[in-house]
Amino acid sequence: MEKQLKVSAIKDGTVLDHIPSDQVFRVIDILGLDNIPNQITFGINLESKLLGKKGIIKISDRYFESADINRIALVAPMAKINIIHDFEVVEKRVLNVPGTINGIVKCMNPMCITNHQPVETLFTTLDSQPNVRLLCHYCEKITDKDNLKIISNRR
Amino acid sequence: MPKHLISIHDYSREEILDTLKLAKEFEKNPSRPIFKGKVIASIFFEPSTRTRLSFETAANRLGARVIGFSDAGNTSVTKGESLKDTIKMVSNYADLIVMRHPLEGSARYASEVSSVPVINAGDGANQHPTQTMLDLYSILKTQGKLENLKINIVGDLKYGRTVHSLIQAMSHFSPSFTFISPDELRLPQEYRDFLTTHSITFNESRNLNQGINEADIIYMTRVQKERFSDPIDYERVKNVFSLNRSMLTSCKENMKILHPLPRVNEIDTDVDNSEHAYYFNQAENGVYTRMAIISALLGVTEL
Repeated sequence: MEKQLKVSAIKDGTVLDHIPSDQVFRVIDILGLDNIPNQITFGINLESKLLGKKGIIKISDRYFESADINRIALVAPMAKINIIHDFEVVEKRVLNVPGTINGIVKCMNPMCITNHQPVETLFTTLDSQPNVRLLCHYCEKITDKDNLKIISNRR
Repeated sequence: MPKHLISIHDYSREEILDTLKLAKEFEKNPSRPIFKGKVIASIFFEPSTRTRLSFETAANRLGARVIGFSDAGNTSVTKGESLKDTIKMVSNYADLIVMRHPLEGSARYASEVSSVPVINAGDGANQHPTQTMLDLYSILKTQGKLENLKINIVGDLKYGRTVHSLIQAMSHFSPSFTFISPDELRLPQEYRDFLTTHSITFNESRNLNQGINEADIIYMTRVQKERFSDPIDYERVKNVFSLNRSMLTSCKENMKILHPLPRVNEIDTDVDNSEHAYYFNQAENGVYTRMAIISALLGVTEL
């Protein structure tokens, strides 16, 4: 029987697969996909052997630098990135949590300067697997996975 | 040398030792007007008596003029000016900035927007590196060395920033630590991990007498009432961690008691006249170490 795609194939572009379903909108936010003119299709709560349920995002005619795409590793560490040319997967990429993280994450310390003044957050990644631990460059406190809050790109 | 002093871990072992050496020179002769014509800004966004006076004394002894404020209450901060704008403005006026601010990380941020050196005089509960430098100076002065000392640290080990910074700074000098605190205020896991990765031996106790006769330094800190959710818990521990003279009868001769001050009841006043009490001299050492820090950041590392 022919396998049918729930989210139809794209000719050229990037496919972000194996995103946790509840993180799809965060990924869209982190990559600023809501502000680009490209065609985007996505699916949520699709069946996945790996995750049980998964999300997928397909972006036509758009390719990402590793540094940019790695920004989603915090919310979708298992995501697979497929680069598509003429309906064929020409490259597969895995994500790495970047060594330093600029913006994106909110510092969990309520007394941190970044939570009171217009200062962009900056973290050093202490651990990325299995649980993320980030050291704030400013207040020197650790923000861990359980307290990870993503700063929205929407102003 | 680094351009600023924000956290004690910005300074390497050698940079710490160089600073302490310079402080010793200033102690020999504290009136050294080598920065006549320089302006030092002392900006305190929250009140502090000891630290501010110590810095301003140091600046005056170096011949510099001091500008600034001791409370953000009557400054443009109340009009909503951002820290960035205040620092940009002040760094146009002064050759060096000494800053205390209640927000954690504020000093690091100030150093990134300032065109002149910044010294962190306390950023909330985060860092207070000049306190650590004067603690190290006091240890070196009383023990003649920093290496291989037995140090007991007592009190609030969970929130005490001076404790955390002292641990980081002493890690360069192979100490062995005894940490004495109520369970509620135990040294956080991240610092215990830090010591383990640096192969530094330590033990933990709830008994103030633990290792007291072997210690070279007893570093006392204040257990703050506001750290306890239940006031009865505070009443229970506050006297258990109080040092008195009768406990010191079998101590090592060279043992000195340090305390970042202010003290409440964790050191009984009957200890004050003991030869082991050093906390008041410790405060005096702050002027020399701050002279050394200012001096080095303004480019004078030898006298």
